[in-house]
Amino acid sequence: MIPKAFKRSLWVFHVNSGSCNGCDIEIIAALTPRYDAERFGIKLVGSPRHADVIAFTGPVTNDMKDKVIRIIEQTPDPKVIVVVGSCGIGGGVFHESYHLAGPIDKLYPNAKYFYVPGCPPRPEAIIQAFAKAWEWLEELEVKK
Amino acid sequence: MNGGFFFWLVVKAIVITFIAIFFGLLYKGIDRKIVAHMQGRVGPPIRQPFLDVIKLMSKENIVPKHAVRWLFNAAPLICLASSVMLLLYVPWGGIDAILEGHGDLILILYLFAIPSIAMVAGGFASSSPFAAVGAQREVVTMISYELPLAVIIIGIAWKLSGIGGDVFSMAFITAHPIWENVGLLGLIGIVMLLLSMIIVAPGELAKIPFDVAEAETEIAEGLTVEYSGRNLAMFYMADGVKIFAFSALIIALFFPYGIASLLSLNGVIASIADFLFFLLKVFIVMLFSVTLIRAGVARLRITQVVTGYWVTITLIALIGLVLLMWDSHVGRWL
Ligand code: SF4
Repeated sequence: MIPKAFKRSLWVFHVNSGSCNGCDIEIIAALTPRYDAERFGIKLVGSPRHADVIAFTGPVTNDMKDKVIRIIEQTPDPKVIVVVGSCGIGGGVFHESYHLAGPIDKLYPNAKYFYVPGCPPRPEAIIQAFAKAWEWLEELEVKK
Repeated sequence: MNGGFFFWLVVKAIVITFIAIFFGLLYKGIDRKIVAHMQGRVGPPIRQPFLDVIKLMSKENIVPKHAVRWLFNAAPLICLASSVMLLLYVPWGGIDAILEGHGDLILILYLFAIPSIAMVAGGFASSSPFAAVGAQREVVTMISYELPLAVIIIGIAWKLSGIGGDVFSMAFITAHPIWENVGLLGLIGIVMLLLSMIIVAPGELAKIPFDVAEAETEIAEGLTVEYSGRNLAMFYMADGVKIFAFSALIIALFFPYGIASLLSLNGVIASIADFLFFLLKVFIVMLFSVTLIRAGVARLRITQVVTGYWVTITLIALIGLVLLMWDSHVGRWL
């Protein structure tokens, strides 16, 4: 019963950790009538405390470093992090810039990450990453 | 007042709790589906709120370090319990309320305030600035909608007092539909009261455009910002139950008609028919007072909420009240 619920109900908190706003718009596009992520139970929420998935867009800038870690720690378990966009994965167009604190998975290694490459990725790809995330959450509950 | 009475009361209360939560979540699902269709989306399945609650129950329950622990944990429980308690006093269609005779309309009005007060207490207890702003806004919203709500209730009770009897008892109000006791002026007055009641509903239930206290885009979900897991699930269920209870109250005040006498049914079938008709009425009231408004407009600012309720809606309700009064004095010559 519980794993099924995870599969159909995924609340996402979206954090902009220094993106160019391209990926943020694609996340919004996934919620529009054309893609309608809500039909799978995916919903954007306004607080990390409510979230199952944190969607990070952009590389982590020096200013955002401690905030990013705090947001991850504020989210209740079980949680999954989805990194949306190439620049969150390896820097992308911001590669080797002076103001970067590095990719998120280096800053906070002990969490489950899913990556959506693309600059910006298509909304279908973002929805697929969420589908991967709930599959993982489901397996986690089965193992328990 | 013997032991058997209390035993049955407790059994009924437990049954009502489950029924209330079930219907509350069901109507929440229908509401989300209709809003999605109005926006040209497919929308989540109707059982979505049940899945959300099950998922929230299985998640970690975090209490912030600086929060007032007992109050933080008690607030969701009080909120849900008082929402369910409402349904012990509000009549369900043809069936009388379980605690009928033990509380009246005035008590129901105060009970409606308790879930909001519990949320305010929880918000202040969670030691988050967002929650504190949300709690202040919730109090301001409460102060704003109480005045027009009181005017509406006074209007109905005053008109019914002409018949004589216990005007504030719910059984009396449902037995004497207000529409049948007025003339032409009074009819216009009641329509205006109904209109203001429909606009009070989204404020009372913290729905768009009056959801300033939980504005997720401005103050990060406001009151519930620090809540997670089980506590959040309780707020979520209380929200659904409150929608159901407030719709039931509007029905009891304005549309207490049953369908059984119309179809000349009797016995158990009559009760079932009345109950199904009641569920249909709840759906229609929710559609007009919550769903359509929610899909149609954007959120107001807190100042607009206060002036909207205190000036516009109160004025509409007061004119309705005055028309009802004139109806008794002038109406008979019309
Ligand atoms: S991946 Fe590309 S589009 Fe997305 S935030 Fe980075 S630079 Fe912008």
